[in-house]
Amino acid sequence: MIRGVIIMNDQGKPRLIKFYEFQPPEKQQELVRSIYRVLCSRAENVSNFVKVDSLFGPDVRLVYKTFATLYFVFIFDKSENELAMIDLMQVFVETLNKCFREVCELDIVFNFYKVHTILDEIILGGQVLETSSEEVASAVDAISRSLPLPLSLCAYVCALVSSCEWVLRCNRHILVQLSLRVGKEWQFHDSIYSWLAEMIATELW
Amino acid sequence: MTGPSLMDSLFQRSIDDLIKALRLTPPGTETAFVAKAIDEIRREIKSTDPHTKAAALQKLTYLHSLHGLDMSWAAFHSVELSSSSAHSHKRTAYLSAALAFNPATTDVILLLTHQLRKDLSSPNVHDVSLALSTLSSICNTDLARDLTPELFTLLSSSKVTVRKKAIATVLRVFECYPDAVRVCFKRVVENLENSDLGILSAVVGLFCELTENEPRSYLPLAPEFYKILVDCKNNWVLIKVLKIFAKLAPLEPRLGKRVVEPICEIMKTMGAKSLVFECVRTILTSLSEHDSAVKLAVSKVREFLSEDDPNLKYLGLQALAIVAQKDILAVVENKDLVVKALSDSDLNIRLEALRLVMCMVSEDNVMEICRILISHALKSDPEFCNEILGFILLTCGRNYYEVVFDFDWYVLFLGEMARVPHCQKGDEIATQLIDIGMRVKDARSQLVNVARELVIDPALLGNPFMHAVLSAAAWVSGEYIKLSRNPFEIMEALLQPRTSLLNPSVRAIYIHSAFKVLMFCVHSYLKLNGEESLIPSTLIDSELVSDVEVDDHNMIVTNGQAPSASSVTHHLTQESLLALVNLVEINLGPLAGSNEVEVLERSTNVLGLIKLIKPMLLGSLNDGEGDQTKGELKAPETVKLIFDSYSEDLGPVSVNAQEKVPIPNGLVLKENLDDLEEICGDMKLPLLTSFSLVRSQFAEASNSAEWQGKEESELSTESTSLLAEHRKRHGLYYLSPGNRVTTSNDYPPAHDPNDKAIDEDEDLAKLTEKSLVTGKKPSQSKPRPMVVKFDDGEVTTVATNRTEVKAGLISGAVNEVLLGDEATTSSSSRRKPPKSRRGTGDSNVSITESKSDASKIDQSEHSKAGLGGSKHNGHGKERRRRNSGKDKEHDRKDEHKSESVAHGKHRSRHRADKAVEAQAPVIPDFLL
Repeated sequence: MIRGVIIMNDQGKPRLIKFYEFQPPEKQQELVRSIYRVLCSRAENVSNFVKVDSLFGPDVRLVYKTFATLYFVFIFDKSENELAMIDLMQVFVETLNKCFREVCELDIVFNFYKVHTILDEIILGGQVLETSSEEVASAVDAISRSLPLPLSLCAYVCALVSSCEWVLRCNRHILVQLSLRVGKEWQFHDSIYSWLAEMIATELW
Repeated sequence: MTGPSLMDSLFQRSIDDLIKALRLTPPGTETAFVAKAIDEIRREIKSTDPHTKAAALQKLTYLHSLHGLDMSWAAFHSVELSSSSAHSHKRTAYLSAALAFNPATTDVILLLTHQLRKDLSSPNVHDVSLALSTLSSICNTDLARDLTPELFTLLSSSKVTVRKKAIATVLRVFECYPDAVRVCFKRVVENLENSDLGILSAVVGLFCELTENEPRSYLPLAPEFYKILVDCKNNWVLIKVLKIFAKLAPLEPRLGKRVVEPICEIMKTMGAKSLVFECVRTILTSLSEHDSAVKLAVSKVREFLSEDDPNLKYLGLQALAIVAQKDILAVVENKDLVVKALSDSDLNIRLEALRLVMCMVSEDNVMEICRILISHALKSDPEFCNEILGFILLTCGRNYYEVVFDFDWYVLFLGEMARVPHCQKGDEIATQLIDIGMRVKDARSQLVNVARELVIDPALLGNPFMHAVLSAAAWVSGEYIKLSRNPFEIMEALLQPRTSLLNPSVRAIYIHSAFKVLMFCVHSYLKLNGEESLIPSTLIDSELVSDVEVDDHNMIVTNGQAPSASSVTHHLTQESLLALVNLVEINLGPLAGSNEVEVLERSTNVLGLIKLIKPMLLGSLNDGEGDQTKGELKAPETVKLIFDSYSEDLGPVSVNAQEKVPIPNGLVLKENLDDLEEICGDMKLPLLTSFSLVRSQFAEASNSAEWQGKEESELSTESTSLLAEHRKRHGLYYLSPGNRVTTSNDYPPAHDPNDKAIDEDEDLAKLTEKSLVTGKKPSQSKPRPMVVKFDDGEVTTVATNRTEVKAGLISGAVNEVLLGDEATTSSSSRRKPPKSRRGTGDSNVSITESKSDASKIDQSEHSKAGLGGSKHNGHGKERRRRNSGKDKEHDRKDEHKSESVAHGKHRSRHRADKAVEAQAPVIPDFLL
């Protein structure tokens, strides 16, 4: 079983913490700190396994991998294969890449909920559910399509568009394209979308 | 989307705002910022507007998950929001529940039951999968019990994603509520035949987890797993199936024979390293009796070891470690690669290699290996260096120095290890030095040499890690001073000014050792001058004199130290002795005012002795005849007495020695010491390697004593502090303290005064004889010195494991379902009424309905086919029809499942006739 998944950056700041057995929040922070202490002391080009007997008890293993500024950490017990876990980590990262188009740390910072959604499609209750990143990406896509754009995000776009100065400096063509893209990607409600289009029109002419 | 709500949310900080603001806060002010944010959230979360509430909960969940903030106070808000009709709000609410709810303590989880049930049966796939993943995170007994019917339905859902998520969730439900097995297990097993890889992978994963705890119950499913092993080509599924077989194969040798071939085939043909590694591990752990397969696996391991990928190297070494337990030759074959890995840049790999190297240690190569390792230790970083030292100490010290043949070498080697620059294993080295001193008589002279080297070096005193070793060295020098070449030199070393760097407890040992050295010198001097009638012969017990003489003589002969011993006596003149006494007095005088109790007491002891003997020495210098007054005459006698009390050999003490102390006459022990168990319940037994500095007489006396009463066994596990506490409370049952305190100023052995006065050498010999019989003796040119050891078994109390109990419940239910015992079916139906009574409201109906539904299926299938009951009804019929023509007793080579169905059927009927309450699982006939 997989016991937990952690993403943290190279400063030790956690970006995602998911344990499949309940851990109190202080304990989680403590574990992240201890794991970071071990990881940051390891050189490059060494094996990806770390002994964590002292943190999680015997038979629990930890595998990690660095991607750019992030450490991805999987904690699992003896009913998982070590190399398969590395593959699964790869699947996770690939999926993130697909969902965010060249994922970087900021994407993960600002998409707390989406990253959890992605992870939930790959692992459920510590069991591996899906190992194909395409499948996961399309499942996540289906979920996000069913979600409306968060209201505050609408407000952002409105504020953005209604800013006259900005509009005047912009090429009209680009702006329309932008709004179209925003509308398509974030699944604007029709009402907001038409309102937005109207606003752009009035601003421009 | 109304105006006000848009306005509201415009001014509410969203989660993105929060994250941005958090990133902008200067370091140090973060806590204050978070506290402010929490205040804001507390306000917003009470809002009736679901958007505002959801946004607040989002922020709170974020802060909880990544900043470790407590959000248990908001649990109810999560529950509230989960009933929102908007999927996004539901998602927020469920995620917060999954991340923050503690299944054991969060009360409001029960309030989620209804909403979860609704979502589990919702037509929206997203709602269902959301509810499933939440359930798997927060599942507790109540939730599992109440939602089992819904889960049962989902297990045959037509939607693949839902079905595989339901299967993954079932694991948690089984763990929380083993009775769910009776309801759901059949459907789970049906899914083993599913052609969809996702579902198959989920089911196999589930079984992999289940077999982990109680593999025997799943033996009847072996044919299904076998089919997957042969047919499936997916790596993930195969890995899990291999894990299952690794658990099942040791239980049933015929199964091992069956699977070993396909596994080897997979190993040869498949490219994926993860799969190959799993095959290797399965063979090495569970199929190690199949030589050709093991050979193939070891060759694969060799491939791993020669790879550049550090992960493969690391895993390869781990695989070798598995083999090492059974077949050390496989490790020796790959010795070159292992030794090469010892200088790898990766600490993990080096550690594994080190472990393997230590596996290879035997009596023949221990010296060579240790020499190589210590040179490795010298040039590696401190951490690994200490790992190496730790491993050497552990391996050499194992089982009373089993592998050490030449103790002179080992003692020297211990000294060498102590001097390794980064050594932090001082405690262990010290333990072994003293332990060898007590256990191995023949090693003592070399031990004294090593100790001298250590004590005499002033540079070592500055290293705090060395202090433990130094205290052991000081103790050895004091205890075995008669083997020393030059006691004066030792005395100087023990009193050197830099000893002030030592901590008080070590210093006390130094001073006490100095005391012993002084005693020895004075006594030797008195003995030398004995014939010069310095001491009137009447004062000396003739027996004692002869005793000591014999003893010294023996010592000289056995250790071949005649010249040195005589050189000691040559140095002993009155002047030199007086100088020595003065030296001690000058150095220890100031310590009589020390704040440290130990130091104070020891130094006062020495000074007291000096006070006693100095007039005598001065008197003999002056050669005054009138000095032989009564008070002075006492001095030599006292010296003799003290010296004698110190000249007894110390021996190791068994951990169980206390049990063997005879109960003195007149001591009434309380009949029942049950109340002691409360105190000692959580005490752990001390390690076997521990020793205590008690006179060996004590151990021996206790050894020869007979076992008296079981009640005493508890006593052995008590630590001294607990004993003291107990003594305070139940003083009645202890000897009065007056009995224990003896009036003389020497150190009496802490044992029963009426000791049996058995000659200790004789007893030691007896003890070692025992160990000689049991221990194997290799034929080598030089006989191995004897090591004193006790062979008493450790008494350990095994606490029952709660998880095991739970696993037992699951496997019990699995057995019932798989074996289809009529008796058990009826028992499960008997158990039903209380279950439904526990349910609430309308849930009641659905539970009983589906349960009776399930049990109906149970009964109909049980009666027809035992093992085949696992299959779907329709399939079962079809197969049965196909089977009807076949001869059931033959066609054993056909491993097709239908055959096992037939046999299972046959068996179950047979069993039903006999009405046997089957406990052991049926072993499928295909294995024969």
